[in-house]
Amino acid sequence: MIPYDFDYYLPDTWQEAVDIYHTLKADAKNPLYYGGGTEIISMARVGSVRPNAVIDIKKIPECQSFGTDGTKLFFGAALTLATIRESGLYPLLSLATGRIADHTIQCKLTLGGNLAGTIHYHEALLPLLLADATIHIANAQCIREVPICDVLNMNGKLTPGELILMVSLNKRYAAYPYAHIKKTKAEKIGYPLVSVAALNVGGTLRLAASALCSFPFRFKDCSFADARPAMDIVRELLADLPEPVLSDTEGSAAYRQFIFEKTAEKIITGFRNGGSHA
Amino acid sequence: MLKISGKTIITFNINGSAHEVTVRPGDTLLEVLRSRLGLTGTKVGCENGDCGACTVLVDGWPVKSCLMLAVEGVGRAITTIEGLTNTPVQNAFANFSAFQCGFCTPGFIMVCHSLLMHHPNPDDYTIESWLQSNICRCTSYQEISAAVRSLIKSDA
Amino acid sequence: MIRKDAWLKVHGKAKYNDDGYPAACLQARLLTSVFAHAGILSVDVSGAWAVPGVHAVVTGRESAVLTGPILQDMPILAAEKVRYFGEPVAIVVADEEWQAAQAVKSIRVEYQPLPVVNTIEDALASNAPLVHPGLMQYARTVPDVYPEENTNIANRVKIRKGDIAQGWKDSAVVVEAEYRIPQASHAFLETRNARAQILPGGQVVIHTANQAPHALRSMLAKYFSLSENDITVEVPFVGGAYGGKINPHPELLAYIASRAVGGREVRVAYTREESFYTSPCKTGAKVVMKLGADRTGRLQALQAEYYIDCGAYTDTAPVMAKAVAGSCSGAYYIPHIQCDSVCVYTNHVYTTSFRGFGHGVSTFAIERTMDKLADRLGMDPAQLRLLNAAREGDDSPTQVTYTKSNLGDISACIHRMKEIMQWDNGIWTKVSDSVIRAKGMACFTKTSTTPTDASSSAIVTFCSDGTVNLNCSVIECGPGMTSSLPKLLAQRLKISPDKVSVNLTVNTHAHPVHWKTAASMSTYMAGNAVLTAADDAIRQLKANAALALKCSPDDVEIDNGMAYLKENPQKYLELKDIVSGVKDSTGSALGGPVIGCGHFIMKHLSHLDRETGKGQTGPYWTAGAQAVEVEYDLTEYTYRLVRAATVLDAGSVIYPEGAASQVMGAMNMGLSCATREANVYAPGGELKNTSFRTYKVMHFAENPRYTVEFVETPNISGPMGARGLGEHGILGMPAAFANALSRAAGVQLDSLPVTNEALWYSVTQSQQEKSR
Repeated sequence: MIPYDFDYYLPDTWQEAVDIYHTLKADAKNPLYYGGGTEIISMARVGSVRPNAVIDIKKIPECQSFGTDGTKLFFGAALTLATIRESGLYPLLSLATGRIADHTIQCKLTLGGNLAGTIHYHEALLPLLLADATIHIANAQCIREVPICDVLNMNGKLTPGELILMVSLNKRYAAYPYAHIKKTKAEKIGYPLVSVAALNVGGTLRLAASALCSFPFRFKDCSFADARPAMDIVRELLADLPEPVLSDTEGSAAYRQFIFEKTAEKIITGFRNGGSHA
Repeated sequence: MLKISGKTIITFNINGSAHEVTVRPGDTLLEVLRSRLGLTGTKVGCENGDCGACTVLVDGWPVKSCLMLAVEGVGRAITTIEGLTNTPVQNAFANFSAFQCGFCTPGFIMVCHSLLMHHPNPDDYTIESWLQSNICRCTSYQEISAAVRSLIKSDA
Repeated sequence: MIRKDAWLKVHGKAKYNDDGYPAACLQARLLTSVFAHAGILSVDVSGAWAVPGVHAVVTGRESAVLTGPILQDMPILAAEKVRYFGEPVAIVVADEEWQAAQAVKSIRVEYQPLPVVNTIEDALASNAPLVHPGLMQYARTVPDVYPEENTNIANRVKIRKGDIAQGWKDSAVVVEAEYRIPQASHAFLETRNARAQILPGGQVVIHTANQAPHALRSMLAKYFSLSENDITVEVPFVGGAYGGKINPHPELLAYIASRAVGGREVRVAYTREESFYTSPCKTGAKVVMKLGADRTGRLQALQAEYYIDCGAYTDTAPVMAKAVAGSCSGAYYIPHIQCDSVCVYTNHVYTTSFRGFGHGVSTFAIERTMDKLADRLGMDPAQLRLLNAAREGDDSPTQVTYTKSNLGDISACIHRMKEIMQWDNGIWTKVSDSVIRAKGMACFTKTSTTPTDASSSAIVTFCSDGTVNLNCSVIECGPGMTSSLPKLLAQRLKISPDKVSVNLTVNTHAHPVHWKTAASMSTYMAGNAVLTAADDAIRQLKANAALALKCSPDDVEIDNGMAYLKENPQKYLELKDIVSGVKDSTGSALGGPVIGCGHFIMKHLSHLDRETGKGQTGPYWTAGAQAVEVEYDLTEYTYRLVRAATVLDAGSVIYPEGAASQVMGAMNMGLSCATREANVYAPGGELKNTSFRTYKVMHFAENPRYTVEFVETPNISGPMGARGLGEHGILGMPAAFANALSRAAGVQLDSLPVTNEALWYSVTQSQQEKSR
């Protein structure tokens, strides 16, 4: 039960959405873009957010983009994780989204919500960082298309009022060997202790992690084609963390680091053995 | 652009028939089902999307009605436990005693019903990932597993 | 047999307490404490009154009543100080729930933080802040509770059996250990909720999700000086309870809220968060144990100290301390025992009965220690258990002599468990370079710790077509009593169970007294009451039949829906012709409607002697053996539950499917507690995990394969020889699991829960110690 009122808007176009956002903002209202709503509803119930208006983006055509034009893959911000999971269009993204929250929540939670929400794991971001995806953002004037790495990597945020319409990526990334491993404290489903996604781009390791630090990020690419022990590569990765390893009720920093080491080692070994590894 | 402000009458398609209901934009589907429509088979367990007791089907897919605004339900086909009668899943839950206190049962049945509609022959991984969405505190889940597996077509 | 509640439940038609209430019902929300220990300097409610729709704001100042089933130490709303994070401080009543919620946020409380008692060690420190400085002034409802002045000790129970000095002399091997079990949540899916109204004539009506409507009626009458017959408590289906819905909490809040609005009906329903931090939880414990055996492995001496973290208020914890002490030797016979069980106040969430009622603490400690002892003796742990299993002629820690009937056959359970688990094929196996499989066992016993005069009753009436109504006050909170009791009645009346219906809602005005649906005593107590009611009905049926058949009632037999002459079964009447009296050929009536009444009261129970603990708390034990098999990954220090099994001496199994399901459910809860559940407190005593997202219970895909089997050694005092078994499946699971995983990983896992991280920590610490 949300203990106060707000207005609900269902715009038909992104321009309408962005316009009403700015109009409300100018009116000293506190609007929020609304995708699946799973985070907004639960936070509003306990008073952690208090919007005066929500702008539901589910009718905006761009936010429902889904599929391919032959060279690129498109994923609209209002797609549910279930849709992405079931599609298998970009297998690594399907795998990672299929491990966010639980299956039923995946039928409601949207890609845009996972990327832009306040829950700091943003696990759907990892495969997109690795694929050098482009994010399509609407603002008051236009749609800008920028590398998602430039915007959301390492705790990057959108400017207030900006709306994610979709992400796109080169189709070839769907064909590279990939791996995703998510470890949790106790249950198969839950917040990650670490969540690691990887692509093997012709002998170069692209690796991104969530929950290792307080924000998701992509490691510097590195080669694993040489004969170094996998653990040496992992240590090299760990030597270059953007901030100390996270410690919270899900797990201590020392344990997280241990789990990450094992996970990354397993991924590298898997790639060396020529596998795509789920 | 549709705007809903304050109490508004909207029309829902629930269990195959249209219902007019007055809602606030901040009302969740769960509250409206229970308090306005008297469909109390849908249970309040956590209001945080964690337990699955409030699961209903929206266009055939399971959704936690505590994390859906009622206004989002306009134009969607909503099915609650009251919309199912003597379905194979319900019969299996009764026959296998796949419940004890029964509070989680409607939510589990909605998930299982949807699962078998979409995947008549689900593999273990699919069953697990769907049923992981709900909590049962009474049983060991072994009875629920037996009930679901009894419905898998034998030619799988 | 399909459960009687099955069709309602699978169709969403089973009504729980919060499923529908009158539109005129007002809504209440709580303001709860954000401090674990703080003085309340002031409460400014003016902001709340400014919210539209608000009818009342009640604070602790308006309600001086102290409540509690043993020690009356708990205010309904905190007045002078708060003692736990989540304690109710004020209640707001409004037309709509969201208005009440808004108003709650507008109340301003000025707190003066006090030093926090955040651990058992904090509580016992010599200069510890006192959670209850006025401890000795609290009213006591029982003679055998012993709070200690100027301490945080609410009760101490002692067991002194045999001669402990002799016990150590006779012990060639002694092991010592310390154990920790955290507080945990009942985590029932239906949060606690209640509605109260006070009618114009002063009658009080309570609708609630509660396991003990008659006890609630008595307490309400006592706290508010009401006449019990002016109170009606009604309880429909309950959405899980596990001991956590016995003593009143939302009911009292709803009552004072209703009183504040002129008696109008008020609804109080806890949020999930409140269910974690306002509702009472399971006790935590620390155990220090020393166990001695002779060279052959025969147990000689047990010394133990149990510290029970009861949180901010005692509720049933003093009795649980008694239950822990009384079960200290577990399933084994030990001649010399010295133990103290101490109930300790902290600034944690207060605690109440939880499935197992303290026996989980004693079982974990003794069963882990048995495995350590087996290691020291170089004995197979199952063999050590068999050697020491209590049997006929031994006596319990409270010096009750065991009989076959009151104890059952523990050895038979262990033997069968060994077969099920293929124990002799090995309990430690390396299945690959990185994977080890190991098995662990634990035995359990549990008796009840009810009041010495706990009672139950049942009424059997008939419809004109000869079908039967059973009226009793056992709450259907999951275990299927609304199926097993009719089955028992049908068996005694020699009719089909589908001819018997039972009330699914309990109403204290309509249904006869039953102590509480608790302590695994419903089958036993209500079952016995049902059988005496059945016998009473049969007597009356025979009397009516005798009038028609012109014979003595003794000449009549009742079977298969008929009453017939024993000597000539051709002369018979159908039940429908005798249940309402009988008529002769002229239409003239004789006899009268049959109403079978039955009751049961506990016999031979006593308080425990203060110095020795001698006495009898329950009528019999239910015992058994449990085992768990785990798979341990040597590279990642993780584990997986493979298999769990229970063999339990059920006396006789009345309702086999229901019984197995009960035990399996309890096993799941035991494994969930052992592997992941714990209340986590911040340094300031704030509960940190208050949702199912951060407080994880076991889900579908994490379960092992379960096996449940029964041994049947009749319990002479039980209905058809049965024993209770609702709780017992939980008891040995944590120890069986920890025994298996300790064996697999080569470490001693003595603190629960054992998460993957805890295991990793233990293993890496032990590796570091070895390399030193």
